[in-house]
Amino acid sequence: MSDIIRLTAAELGEKISTGEISSVEATQAHLDRIAAVDGDVHAFLHVNEHALAAAAEVDARRAAGEQLGPIAGVPLAVKDVLVTTDMPSTSGSKILEGYMSPFDATVVARSRAAGLVPLGKTNMDEFAMGSSTEFSAYGPTRNPWDLDRIPGGSGGGSAAAVAAFEAPLALGSDTGGSIRQPAHVTGTVGIKPTYGGVSRYGAIALASSLDQVGPVTRTVLDAGLLHDVIGGHDPQDSTSLAQEWPSFAAAAREGATGQVLKGLRVGVIKELPDSGFQAGVAASFRESLAVMEAQGAEIVEISAPHFEYGVAAYYLILPAEASSNLAKFDSVRFGLRVTPDGNPTVEDVMSATRDAGFGPEVKRRIILGTYALSAGYYDAYYGSAQKVRTLIQQDFDAAFAQVDVIATPSAPTTAFRIGEKVDDPLQMYLNDLTTIPANLAGVPGISIPSGVAAEDGLPVGIQFLAPAHEDARLYRVGAALEAALVDSWGAPLLSKAPALRQAQGPKQGGTR
Amino acid sequence: MATAKLMDFDKALEMFEPVLGFEVHVELNTRTKMFSDAPNPANDEFHGAEPNTLIAPVDLGLPGSLPVVNATAVRSSISLGLALGCSIAESSRFARKNYFYPDLGKNYQISQYDEPIAFEGSVEVELEDGTLVTIPVERAHMEEDAGKLTHMGGATGRIQGAEYSLVDYNRAGVPLVEIVTKPIFGAEHRAPEYAKAYIAAIRDIVRGLGISEARLERGNLRCDANVSLRPRGQEKLGTRTETKNVNSMRSVERAVRYEIQRQAAILADGGTIIQETRHWHEDTGTTSPGRPKSDADDYRYFPEPDLLPVQPSRELVEELRAALPEQPLARRRRLKADWGFTDLEFQDVRNGGLIDEVEATIAAGAAPAAARKWWTGEITRIANAQEREAPGLVSPADVAALQGLVDAGTLTDKLARQVLEGVIAGEGSPQQVVDSRGLAVVSDDGALIAAIDDAFAAQPDVLAKIKDGKVQAAGAVIGAVMKAMKGQADAARVRELILERAAQ
Amino acid sequence: MLARIQLSDGEVTQLTGQLDAIVDNIAKVAQVATPDVAATSHPIAMSNVYRPDEVGQPLTLEQVLQNAPDAADGRFRVTAILGEEQ
Ligand SMILES: [Mg+2]
Ligand SMILES: [Zn+2]
Repeated sequence: MSDIIRLTAAELGEKISTGEISSVEATQAHLDRIAAVDGDVHAFLHVNEHALAAAAEVDARRAAGEQLGPIAGVPLAVKDVLVTTDMPSTSGSKILEGYMSPFDATVVARSRAAGLVPLGKTNMDEFAMGSSTEFSAYGPTRNPWDLDRIPGGSGGGSAAAVAAFEAPLALGSDTGGSIRQPAHVTGTVGIKPTYGGVSRYGAIALASSLDQVGPVTRTVLDAGLLHDVIGGHDPQDSTSLAQEWPSFAAAAREGATGQVLKGLRVGVIKELPDSGFQAGVAASFRESLAVMEAQGAEIVEISAPHFEYGVAAYYLILPAEASSNLAKFDSVRFGLRVTPDGNPTVEDVMSATRDAGFGPEVKRRIILGTYALSAGYYDAYYGSAQKVRTLIQQDFDAAFAQVDVIATPSAPTTAFRIGEKVDDPLQMYLNDLTTIPANLAGVPGISIPSGVAAEDGLPVGIQFLAPAHEDARLYRVGAALEAALVDSWGAPLLSKAPALRQAQGPKQGGTR
Repeated sequence: MATAKLMDFDKALEMFEPVLGFEVHVELNTRTKMFSDAPNPANDEFHGAEPNTLIAPVDLGLPGSLPVVNATAVRSSISLGLALGCSIAESSRFARKNYFYPDLGKNYQISQYDEPIAFEGSVEVELEDGTLVTIPVERAHMEEDAGKLTHMGGATGRIQGAEYSLVDYNRAGVPLVEIVTKPIFGAEHRAPEYAKAYIAAIRDIVRGLGISEARLERGNLRCDANVSLRPRGQEKLGTRTETKNVNSMRSVERAVRYEIQRQAAILADGGTIIQETRHWHEDTGTTSPGRPKSDADDYRYFPEPDLLPVQPSRELVEELRAALPEQPLARRRRLKADWGFTDLEFQDVRNGGLIDEVEATIAAGAAPAAARKWWTGEITRIANAQEREAPGLVSPADVAALQGLVDAGTLTDKLARQVLEGVIAGEGSPQQVVDSRGLAVVSDDGALIAAIDDAFAAQPDVLAKIKDGKVQAAGAVIGAVMKAMKGQADAARVRELILERAAQ
Repeated sequence: MLARIQLSDGEVTQLTGQLDAIVDNIAKVAQVATPDVAATSHPIAMSNVYRPDEVGQPLTLEQVLQNAPDAADGRFRVTAILGEEQ
């Protein structure tokens, strides 16, 4: 395995900027890695035919003396929920097979402008509905730690790509945990920014009031570097925050000194008992807290009495908004068209198309959402669920009056086996128990690796939550704990992952 | 389609009391659309663009696209709300109205539902005889227009029987303000007139504000007319029908009259009215059933999560209120006095929708009486003959220039009418038409004298008569001279020359 | 139906079970969603976000139609809107 792919984005960016490695070499190394392992992992739905050309252009810009940012020339994997002009964007659905967007998502445009090289589009649960990537219309992605297991979801492709060293950086989207939960099960880092901190323009909407785009990486610093590129105000997204943001990379560097843990008040939610979590998950969480305490942090028990209503509220709000957001897939302007026999009306064509083009989980949620918004039900369903958001926000306000950050396990269990829960959506939904409150309240959350579970040797993540707008705090705290843990392990957690089989496949781009 | 049975209008009014309601959609003439920066075809500058060339991603509902509210559209909506006497909401929000239709890019329309920008107002409306009535306004809300469907393959070009349809999304996202009245009582036999006067009032208001091109024939203003009847003495309102998209003031008037007669015939026969939308057919002057409207129409409204509340500051509202133009009614009173028109003269101008034209013609230099005469007279006559609207047929500047030529003696009234026809036919300005058609009065006395001499030579006895003091005999010579000059002579001058000649 | 999705019998059966779960969610939420609690429709309170009324670069006709399943005369083509019985 080439050393290039083992480098962090920060290291790779540094080497590219000094001329030690070219962007073309870095990109080629990752394309080779994709060719070697992605047949098994299936993190990518499409590999960018233009990646090397884009890399060459960055090299040329640098050669011409252009002053480029710290990660210019570094390859980037892009979740297929984000539209791109040079690669198809399917959101994991057959209904959008081959869809070519006439515009780039803002985060993609900003990445390109910063000299990042899009490597390809990563797999995901169809329209980001799922926690395992098993609901992709293009087949599941496999967890690099154990190919029989799920990589989390919906952004399993981005997390697996990063965990499998197919890309140093990836973009994800998080509606109820789709960045943080895959990070948890793959031993990687994922951040859901404050709602509005990163533009949603060009992110194919699942639930507009919950969706956020964010970084998926192997280190907290890399996440900060990517967040600095993609974040900030975008006038094309009305819900984008117009404020100035500090450098998150700087926050991560500051955190890595460890000083920030001294006197840091870390809230632990008393209503989340250990019993709700797999033993190894709970144990890893307690160990991380102990490490933080040893570095001077204070663990404070806090109450968040309404968190337990979060999942119920989420599964009323999400289907409602999704049912409306996904109405545009009707075969008229883009996407699949299925025309039934006979003399079908437009309505018949729309129904046949949506029936054939949407997978079962998507249909399920559209139907539930349609029902939840129907006349006479709105107040009890959507309206009541929106009230729970207020209550959860109040819980956060009360908690953050006492503590600087809140810590939870990122998810209740380690990666389960592919197929294990696919027929039990309700069990699957509980995966998002600890991640959902942040989406409902709009606050930022980060998941970083906290270790492996003793019983199965699979990775576990710890989640930190901070008040809205305080994303930098998460980078400081996350980097501090990361430094302490890596120090105690002697190497990053991913070094414990088993080696992947290397295929001798043809190396080429295109849809897979 | 079977023709509906109609009851005589007066008889219908004897038996039933009509209750009206109007929903008027006003297309704002902002430069861009409601939620995208694509050019707005309801602005004159972009009108008539090729299909699907005024499109931003959100107008097609492309994956990943997002709406952003047009600041000017919000200001226009607030101004309109204020001009309608409405309160402006301290907090207003957008909502999604969900339904599938191919002209709707996202399969939901961004509209307003429980929190409209403006509510509770009224419009003073002047009927043809000058009677004032107050129309209560329930609300005015902001929303976006849908695209345009063209039905192909059917015999009629209508949706029924079409083989396929083509969709142009240029209009998708055009900013609209929908003005909804409360139920209107007491219109009685003047119900059709109420309808026409109300639309005229809305048109005058939005034109005065300059927020819409306000051309009904282009759909800048579209009226849905609700009509219900209740038997005399009954408290409960009858079932209403909603006649959609009536696109001229005359049609609104006709459609309301038609619905009253149609519903009365059904009710008198013991039938029931179905709550439905009906389509107005300009050609036959009838309405036909459209989509039945029932409780199954479930739009699943919910607050638009991609947009934020509109909370206009009170300072902004007061700024816009202070900037409101003179109310159309007050303006009319002022103009009538300024121009010195009689009641009848002014009603003629107003009912013809010609106030702006007359005002502009006067501003361009014509005397009020002359401006009125041209617009209500010859121009209206030509418009009627050509089945067009008088405004827009000719520019006020040209009319003023034409009158200037008359005042200067270059044209007689009769010649001026010919010049007007040339101007309307697109032959250029009045002076250009005069030149190209050679219509100027022959003011060359030499030519006239020669013609007079010819006439005297042909009718020697006339000269004798005139010399005898029988001046009226000059008429015969004048006629001959005018004929020789092909009408292009000033008859008064010819008469003077004849008398001079006879005196020699 | 409203969602423009045809469901197989199997899907309907499966969904019926899940509607129960929705009912459970509603019951759960109803425990705390009392009338005195305000609804939050947007996680970060903001208002009056507008765009200046300035024309941008519209899509080209080619871009507009590049994903169209069917098009004619520069427009999107769809099958008849009404059925024969209408
Ligand atoms: Mg309406
Ligand atoms: Zn409307």
